[in-house]
Amino acid sequence: MTGFNSARFMAVVKKEMRDYRRKRSIVVTMIILPFMFLIEPVVAIFIVPASSSVAGARNYVVLPIIYLLLIPSIMPSTVAAFTVLGEREQGTLEPLLTTPISQEEFIAGKAAAVLLPTMVLSYSIYALFLLAAELFATPVVSSAIFDQGALLVVLIVLAPLLACWSIAVGMAVSVRANDIRVAQQLGSLASIPPVVLILILAVGVLHPTMSVALIFALALLAIDVRAIRIVAHMMNRERLVTGSKASPTRATTGLVGRLRNR
Amino acid sequence: MTSSAAGDQPATSSSPSTSSDAGATSRNDNEPALVVKGLTKIFGDRTAFSDVSFEVAHGEVFGFLGPNGAGKTTTVRTLGTLIAPTSGSAIVAGIPLSAENGVEIRQRIAIMPESPGLYNRLSVTENLEYFAALFGLQHPASRIEEALDAVNLADRAHDLCGGLSKGLRQRVGLARTLMNDPQVMFLDEPTSGLDPVAALEVHNLINALRQKGVTIFLTTHRLDEAEKLCDRVAILNTSLRTVGRPADLRTQLFHNALIVRTLATLKDPASLFGGIADITDWHSSEPGRYELAVSDITRAAPVIVRALVGAGADVLSIGEDEHSLEDVYLALVNETSEAPQ
Repeated sequence: MTGFNSARFMAVVKKEMRDYRRKRSIVVTMIILPFMFLIEPVVAIFIVPASSSVAGARNYVVLPIIYLLLIPSIMPSTVAAFTVLGEREQGTLEPLLTTPISQEEFIAGKAAAVLLPTMVLSYSIYALFLLAAELFATPVVSSAIFDQGALLVVLIVLAPLLACWSIAVGMAVSVRANDIRVAQQLGSLASIPPVVLILILAVGVLHPTMSVALIFALALLAIDVRAIRIVAHMMNRERLVTGSKASPTRATTGLVGRLRNR
Repeated sequence: MTSSAAGDQPATSSSPSTSSDAGATSRNDNEPALVVKGLTKIFGDRTAFSDVSFEVAHGEVFGFLGPNGAGKTTTVRTLGTLIAPTSGSAIVAGIPLSAENGVEIRQRIAIMPESPGLYNRLSVTENLEYFAALFGLQHPASRIEEALDAVNLADRAHDLCGGLSKGLRQRVGLARTLMNDPQVMFLDEPTSGLDPVAALEVHNLINALRQKGVTIFLTTHRLDEAEKLCDRVAILNTSLRTVGRPADLRTQLFHNALIVRTLATLKDPASLFGGIADITDWHSSEPGRYELAVSDITRAAPVIVRALVGAGADVLSIGEDEHSLEDVYLALVNETSEAPQ
């Protein structure tokens, strides 16, 4: 057994970043969607009645702000659904699998390459929203936004965890699917659980307090770690190369029995 | 995070031919580069290949021939640790084929699939850089340069792969196999789709690699290519039909035979040829042409000529009936007794 090789992990990340930069349609699609989610929170700043109190202003701004979590929840899933299947369709997967890279290094590298732009864009949109609030919001609205530390912590902490979930599901679909359209459709289903979570917070079933944020963060962290491991385990070289499930081995010596999972 | 694999040590030398690089570190020339024993792969109810056994020596160019669906590519994938065999065993580049040894085996070998599988939005150099990094090369620039020189692609180093012709892409694929200075190189149809000049360059590269001691496992449909390049060939049609040097296979498979051409049809060839002890069999497929199976060509030929002249025949020519590797191949793969499953 060998350990996790960070150089190979970084090689995958670097190559993916190069690939994204050369494919403008991916970059444009990645950028446009988050900006759509920025519209409602910014509009909310301006529609708060001038006579509102801070508490009243919160009723206008909290829901749109929580909706910002949809960016990391929705954005990465379709890109993640293309990661492995895309390599298969381009014929690049087999040469890649003939190198010493392990499935853990490959999956982690691919996941990181989706997570990085997702987080850069998500936090950029958050920053733009806060900048708009700082510049244009009335003092009452500004207080309603900036005094809610827990809400901002929820945004910052949950964003990468929700993104990881979407990426893991998207990649799981990518590993198993044989058709890119099916993969992207199924990958989009990854955003359903985060959307439910966001709705629970948005409609007030749970309030975005520090403790709620912490509990959700820990739960999501545990789920994400497990999900990424499951995806790495699902990445069966034989299935990816041949499209067939590994057949049971007849060997009794243990010599050839477990290659299928390497 | 660690980099603890024995075969995962970053190569520091820059030359693909330098024996101290990653691929050649623990090579033992006394052991064969490949030892395959009873290897079988079954997908569900379909047998890809069955009970395949052979050995390949270090520095040997070994041709692996067979019709479509014979199991050649699956064999390569199995030896390359991409597919688990159903039964049997193998030693690849000195390492037993097993789950635990997958990374180390892949560090010592290179596989070029039939389709090179390049990243179209990356340049030639960027494609090679990626694979150099995956093989753990810390300073890949000179290795890349040498690999590009070896396949005559130095002037296209910064071109995007998506814009290259099939022949050029194939050459990039070959350059990629040089990245880790492999002990064993598996080339799956390396000249497929190449024009004659490009194919010749690939042949020259294979010969150069052979001289450097790289073991090459070549699957091909081009029998002329196999005959020209390979020290030995194996013919697979789900099961292994034969292994040997092309010349030996011809001798094993076909009787010594002489072809005699005469101006006119012989009046009584049966009594003429039947009277010569060295002729074991004969037949005539067309007027004035006789195929004679003989026990010893050098002994039989003068006797036959004398007999023909003595019988008043006008002899146009007499010569050895030479069989090509194609004849061997066709004779073996057309056998119906062991048809592919």
